[in-house]
Amino acid sequence: MDAYLIFSNENIWSEIWPELSLALGALFVLGLDLFRKPGSSTSLCGLVAIGFQAILLGVHLFDYLVWHHTFDRDTFSGMLTQGIQGDVMRSFFLFSSLLVSVLGNQYLKNKSLRSGEFHHLTMLATAGLMLLSQSNNFVMLFVSLETVAICFYTLVAYNRNSSKSLEAGIKYLIFGALSSSLLLFGIVLLYGVGSSPEAWGAVFDGAEGQDPLGFQYIGNLIEANPDHLLLRAGVVLIIAGIAFKIGAAPFQIWVADVYHGSPMPITAFLAVSSKAAGFFVLISLVNGPFLGMCDFLLPLFGFVATFTILFGNLASCAQQNLKRMLGLSGVAHAGYLLVAVMASMHFAGDSDRAIWVLFFYLFTYLLASFCVFGVMSLARLEDETDHEFFHYENLAKKHPWMGFVLVCGIGSLAGIPPFAGFIAKLLLISVAFEAKLYFSLSVMIIGVAISIYYYFGWIREITFHPKPSFSDDNDQNSPVIWEKGSYGLFKPCMISLAIISLVLGIWQGPFGDAF
Amino acid sequence: MSFHQTLLLGSILVPALCSILLFSGLGKRDSVVKNISYIGFLFPFLAGIILFVNFDSAMRGYCFEVFYPQMGLQELKITFHLGLNGVSSPLFAMAGIVGLAAGIAAIHSGADRLRLYLALLLIMQSGLMGLFASIDLFFYYLFHEFALIPTFIMIGLWGGRDRRSVALEITIYLTLGALISLGGLVALNVLVDAEKFDFPSLSSALAETALADSTQVKIFGLLLFGFGILVALFPFHTWAAKGYEAAPTSVSMLHAGVLKKFGLYGLIQIAVPLLPEGAREWSPYLMWLALGNILFVGFVTMAQTNLKSMVGYGSVMHMGYCFLGVAACTALGAGAGVMLMVAHGLSVSVMFLLATQIQKRSGTFEMNEMGGLGTKTPILACFFIAASLATIGLPGFGNFWGEFGVFLSLGQEPDHHLFLGLAALGIIISAIFGLRAIAKIFYGSPSDELLEHVKKNPISDLKSQEIVSAGIILIALLFLGFWPRGISDRIDTEIETRYSGVPSLTTTSLPPCCLLKLNNSTTDGNLTNYSSDKIGIPTQNNSIK
Repeated sequence: MDAYLIFSNENIWSEIWPELSLALGALFVLGLDLFRKPGSSTSLCGLVAIGFQAILLGVHLFDYLVWHHTFDRDTFSGMLTQGIQGDVMRSFFLFSSLLVSVLGNQYLKNKSLRSGEFHHLTMLATAGLMLLSQSNNFVMLFVSLETVAICFYTLVAYNRNSSKSLEAGIKYLIFGALSSSLLLFGIVLLYGVGSSPEAWGAVFDGAEGQDPLGFQYIGNLIEANPDHLLLRAGVVLIIAGIAFKIGAAPFQIWVADVYHGSPMPITAFLAVSSKAAGFFVLISLVNGPFLGMCDFLLPLFGFVATFTILFGNLASCAQQNLKRMLGLSGVAHAGYLLVAVMASMHFAGDSDRAIWVLFFYLFTYLLASFCVFGVMSLARLEDETDHEFFHYENLAKKHPWMGFVLVCGIGSLAGIPPFAGFIAKLLLISVAFEAKLYFSLSVMIIGVAISIYYYFGWIREITFHPKPSFSDDNDQNSPVIWEKGSYGLFKPCMISLAIISLVLGIWQGPFGDAF
Repeated sequence: MSFHQTLLLGSILVPALCSILLFSGLGKRDSVVKNISYIGFLFPFLAGIILFVNFDSAMRGYCFEVFYPQMGLQELKITFHLGLNGVSSPLFAMAGIVGLAAGIAAIHSGADRLRLYLALLLIMQSGLMGLFASIDLFFYYLFHEFALIPTFIMIGLWGGRDRRSVALEITIYLTLGALISLGGLVALNVLVDAEKFDFPSLSSALAETALADSTQVKIFGLLLFGFGILVALFPFHTWAAKGYEAAPTSVSMLHAGVLKKFGLYGLIQIAVPLLPEGAREWSPYLMWLALGNILFVGFVTMAQTNLKSMVGYGSVMHMGYCFLGVAACTALGAGAGVMLMVAHGLSVSVMFLLATQIQKRSGTFEMNEMGGLGTKTPILACFFIAASLATIGLPGFGNFWGEFGVFLSLGQEPDHHLFLGLAALGIIISAIFGLRAIAKIFYGSPSDELLEHVKKNPISDLKSQEIVSAGIILIALLFLGFWPRGISDRIDTEIETRYSGVPSLTTTSLPPCCLLKLNNSTTDGNLTNYSSDKIGIPTQNNSIK
């Protein structure tokens, strides 16, 4: 019976209870959908999904805060590793998924689309993301990344009535497949060298019995052969694969199209969770297995970050369509976050601070993005991909709460005080300065200044009443777009997100000590 | 918490709370809205005056400190720390005075959506008081942004011609400036190993281990250009006059009068004392740029026919003198700079206020379409002439002592005589446009357009609330003009300690107190004796450094 003992000792299932219950919940929602009465307007699935995830988030946060895991340990034969950072990301993904469900519930009601599969896929994708944030092995990394990606392919094309959504789905599928294959090829190269180092001229006598795809093993291998060509190629390919996910240049080309076509809640999901996952994987890879190649990777990242920031901001300026603009400005945000990744590489071995800054930035980005996408998802446009600036004319006067939420969101994205986004940028500037990344820092400052143009241009549409002569044409179609209605749970959710991002900008309280 | 600390904290919180009350929709009637706003503007005014009077001029460092270490990011050593020192105390009082005047003007402006207008203006007032009361550099910056953001919104909502594009232009310009200066502040935060991120901790940490010269030059450059954009330093001044022209009057008053002092205050309080080598390196360039403000913008001002844009450009032009004072890198220059900042803030805001009163009566800002108003509105004429003369720098108003001090500080150094000569031309320029404006508006015969306008809208003189709002500013200006020691003593005490480490460019630098004693003895001998007795500073110590 030893085999059973080993099995139960190695695989501590209780450690992944949030993922397991999320997956079970997802199945339950899918099953529940079968019992839906045809033509009924109440979305029971949505409510169940929201309630379930809210409870799960609450329990997980309680678990984290009260019996917080202060130890790092490997489970499942080294496939997963549990630690504080992974736990924070798990809560982050759960929170984001909860908000996607809240947005989705409202959105699907407006669009009269079926809700069961939507929530099911969202929850599954989140379970995959949560596993991804704990993976400690390249196989685990790839498998969980694919789980997420497949859910996303479906979700992006969820609005089957819209050709743009389908187009976006296909585009995302093709680009996603390309990025996965790059990633996989990189992993294969590392594995090839790692399993028989001597054959490839690498000097390494790895510990016996270690998995040649484990992060530990690859890390030691790279540490011993930082100049090995194949290893370098493998690392660069893996980073290219991840750069696709986060939308970093030169792999950013899909972002605008996919953001444009996807249903609004999924755009938010892509912008927040998918990007956050990419960054968490990236930052744990460059501070873990790829640490030995720091000197090689830093200039590479410097180039990518500069290009990403400039491309994202300049391309956003030219956009009239808001979803494309948000996608491209998301590219710019990816560039800023890459600066945090670079900073973490500079403090090799003591990277916690940069990682916490990255977390804080991601958290403020989450709050702001959901504020923005949440309000946008309420627009009753014939084709929802057609969000243009003029649709938002005078929104603040027509619907003050929408205006407030939207302005808070945009202000926070732009990094204007007193919103949380400003504190995040301040922290980012300060770590970048400590890491002596002066060039990237100056690019970032220029980028932020450019971004004011499009973010503030939008705020201007929302708040500043245009001259009556201009507004005549739009007054006829604007009431159609922004309907008064009871938004139920949705409204307090959005307002509280906006207030959180306002309060975090002034008083950072618990986060202040966390760094 | 003592009475004074409560006042200091209250001057920030009361306007903010009043603003929240207004936002929350309290009180349906206009009178409630107006009363709440009066409270919001009167409290900082009274707090400013009381704290100004109770400030001990002989004391160095900060008074009335309020300290909450829990607030703010501990990671970046940021704490919530308020207090006033010799430099900030007069500016704090000035912010209160201008705030009240702008507030009264706004309450009676009859703007549509008055509640929102006043609520935003109160946020701005709260930020302005906080900005001068902050010791911590981060909150100093944050309060500045607090005051700045309502500016954009108010220009966008209530602005005049081209408000939408102007609002966007100003936002981009000022955000860039704010980010660059933030870069400089972060550099100080990261590079200086201080206990807290505030003025005293930074300077004591730097006294132990100074930064390398090259680093100082870089950080000073960041702060100079960041702050420079915010203060409309030549050639980054193009946003300013446009913005003031488009902005509603109260916003122009608060922005041009008070908020724009943020950058200079930062240079005088932080940049020059903490980074003396950087200041010395940049000083010649800064001088040329400041001359650009005085001469280039001065000529532009002369060409204006629109009264409001003339006042706007004039305010940008006179900031050049403050920059010259800073660039001189001496205690005298910096002290005179602070003096001029206070006087400039008062005089510019009263000019904006009166320009709008003129526009209300004549229906236009075009000076060519006015004339002969003096006979119809004698009080307005009298106020406007006084304000213009103050702006030009006539003795008897605070601006005179500021400009005089700046010239003296330039005169101390032979290398600076060229700048002195060119800067003095600015006085002539401002006299030309100032006096010409008076002549065009109040003297001569009324233009046809004005007669046309008057037929439909009969002209009346200033109303009582308009007299009060302009009057408190003019009284303050006269107080400064006749009793400069009222603020120069405390500025001296503070500046001398801060600038003791600054490598003086001159071999025999004259302490500023000498100058102002001299001033007082020429204006009024009795005052000098009285004050030096009362303060009890031995004259010898002050005159020989």
